[in-house]
Amino acid sequence: MSKKLRILIAKPGLDGHDRGAKVVARALRDAGMEVIYTGLHQTPEMVVEAALQEDVDGVGLSILSGAHMTLFPKVWDLMKEEGIGDRLLFGGGIIPREDVETLNKMGVGKIFGPGTTTHEIVDYVQSTVPGDDR
Amino acid sequence: MSDKIKSGKKQWQERVARCKMRDIPFETVSGEPVKMLHTPDDIRDMDYMDDLGFPGQYPFTRGVYDNMYRGRLWTMRMFSGFGSADDTNKRYKYLLEHGQTGLSVAFDFPTLYGRDSDDPMSCGEVGKCGVAISSLADMERLFDGIPLDKVSTSMTINGPAAILWAFYIVTAEKQGVTSDVLRGTIQNDILKEYIAQKSWLVPPEPSMRITVDTIAFGSENVPKWNTISISGYHIREAGSTAAQELAFTLADGFGYVEAGIKAGLDVDQFAPRLSYFFNSHIDFFEEIAKYRAARRIWARQMKTKYHAKDPRSWLLRFHTQTAGCTLTAQQPENNIVRVAWQALAAVLGGTQSLHTNSMDETLALPSEKACLIALRTQQLIAHESGVTNPIDPFAGSYFLESLTNQLEEKAYAYFDKIEKLGGITKAIEVGYPQKEIAEAAYRYQKSVEEKKRIIVGVNEYVMEGEKPEIPLLKIDPQVEKDQCVRLDELRKKRDNQKVQRTLDDLRDACKGTDNVMFPILEATRAYATLGEIAGVFKEVFGEYREPPIYW
Repeated sequence: MSKKLRILIAKPGLDGHDRGAKVVARALRDAGMEVIYTGLHQTPEMVVEAALQEDVDGVGLSILSGAHMTLFPKVWDLMKEEGIGDRLLFGGGIIPREDVETLNKMGVGKIFGPGTTTHEIVDYVQSTVPGDDR
Repeated sequence: MSDKIKSGKKQWQERVARCKMRDIPFETVSGEPVKMLHTPDDIRDMDYMDDLGFPGQYPFTRGVYDNMYRGRLWTMRMFSGFGSADDTNKRYKYLLEHGQTGLSVAFDFPTLYGRDSDDPMSCGEVGKCGVAISSLADMERLFDGIPLDKVSTSMTINGPAAILWAFYIVTAEKQGVTSDVLRGTIQNDILKEYIAQKSWLVPPEPSMRITVDTIAFGSENVPKWNTISISGYHIREAGSTAAQELAFTLADGFGYVEAGIKAGLDVDQFAPRLSYFFNSHIDFFEEIAKYRAARRIWARQMKTKYHAKDPRSWLLRFHTQTAGCTLTAQQPENNIVRVAWQALAAVLGGTQSLHTNSMDETLALPSEKACLIALRTQQLIAHESGVTNPIDPFAGSYFLESLTNQLEEKAYAYFDKIEKLGGITKAIEVGYPQKEIAEAAYRYQKSVEEKKRIIVGVNEYVMEGEKPEIPLLKIDPQVEKDQCVRLDELRKKRDNQKVQRTLDDLRDACKGTDNVMFPILEATRAYATLGEIAGVFKEVFGEYREPPIYW
């Protein structure tokens, strides 16, 4: 039997909108994954530190504050610096299409917008995260 | 019920039992079951004078004023703020020119958390979700050319509300306007921050002390100002049901009343300046019932439980905003229609002021055009729909009255639970309202995914490959850089010894029992920054951190 996927759901920056992050965390858990939720107001350093500590397979960032073009690249750079650039970084929030494209080009995974179902996110994480093969 | 009605009802029930029904749950968006038909039977226990009364009369179910919209329409108040103080100042002037009647300030996240624009945590957030205000100098530019004795201003600010209010009062001072004529509102509702909006500074207990100081200061010095806007809006946006919004918001309100009384204030001295702020969600009737129930509960509790004698203490006056969380990124033009009936529900529910969301708000902050359509929606309702002619036109409706009762009963059941937990502050500490809301949010999401609930354009009537072509507002990253430069200059230019002295005075007040508003005003006049003043709070009271639980 394969080991459970471990996913960190994080709220970086000052954004307090945590409804989506909580719903997604719960949906991933209900789909059989181990979910670690950082809580609010994390710096990129704190997020990556938690990812290392918890040895997660993927990191999901939730950002609705407009600070995504600062926070996604910072977390991604730190992940690479810390040697976990092979893990999935994905996310969701209020993020304009052009910004999503730019982030994807940097190597960030899928970014889900309003109206996404939790099934889509679960399927994506299950099919994308390397899990055991890592 | 007369025999004629009884037999008619029986016959109808027999006929309808043979009819085919659509296979969907017939319930409100909050999951309240809705009967197919309501009859006089549903309101047989209603006592007109006790339960409804007349407008402007206890228990105010029908509205808080005698003449309601025949006297004056609601205040059309569009929540707005983005970029720098100058950008937002231009938007305010634009809205005032187009018939808006009050201002409403949206601050960016750093400001909401009491942090300066050049704080390391502010990086990337400056001016994004609202306007960046780090000192009196920014506030002066925000209201440049706007006479503060003529407009009323609402400020959505909570953790650092006392500080931003001081910035506003001193800005007015500099315009030659004294505080006794200022009209407006600071949200200043910290309890719902821990429940839902999550922009706090210090832990609940010292927060409540600062709140009581603002209430006491306001009732003496800024008598026309609403010192708290007790808010259900964010509770609902976080995923609560209508009944939870009603119950937790009113429970917060009673929490402030109790804190004021405990601090030795006379309830009638401050209760008339408490106001409310509700969401207007997608379920038309449920929302109208919610506002009516809210007025009745507040009036009864204030009179009988808290022994307020001044009728103005019994009045629940409220602002409404349409529900951001019901808007969709898909086919965003549909949002114009959603907003229209949410706004209509608020008006039929007797709101005192209203913000209508713009169609593009799930994608970005509103563009000028989208914002104007939203304002026009209110003007259309006010002048073309005819709904402002009669007061509380749904009164007496078998359905609406029974739904009002139903929501009221649910609210009282929540009050009982909260009381058993030791009051609202204790309930928040153990995460009770937070859990209830997270649970409701998850339930709602499931019902959408299982298609028990149809969201047009999202899980039905979807347009494949849709690319919404509406222009979006972009915040230039230069805003953050400019703001940091301005702060740097300010710190060099001002009398820094004076700043230190005023901050020391504030520290003493925080440690003792003197009202913190006076030293905050002094620090403001010396151009101490938001982060410096809030820093004193955090130093004395500690910072609050929420336990990271997603349930």
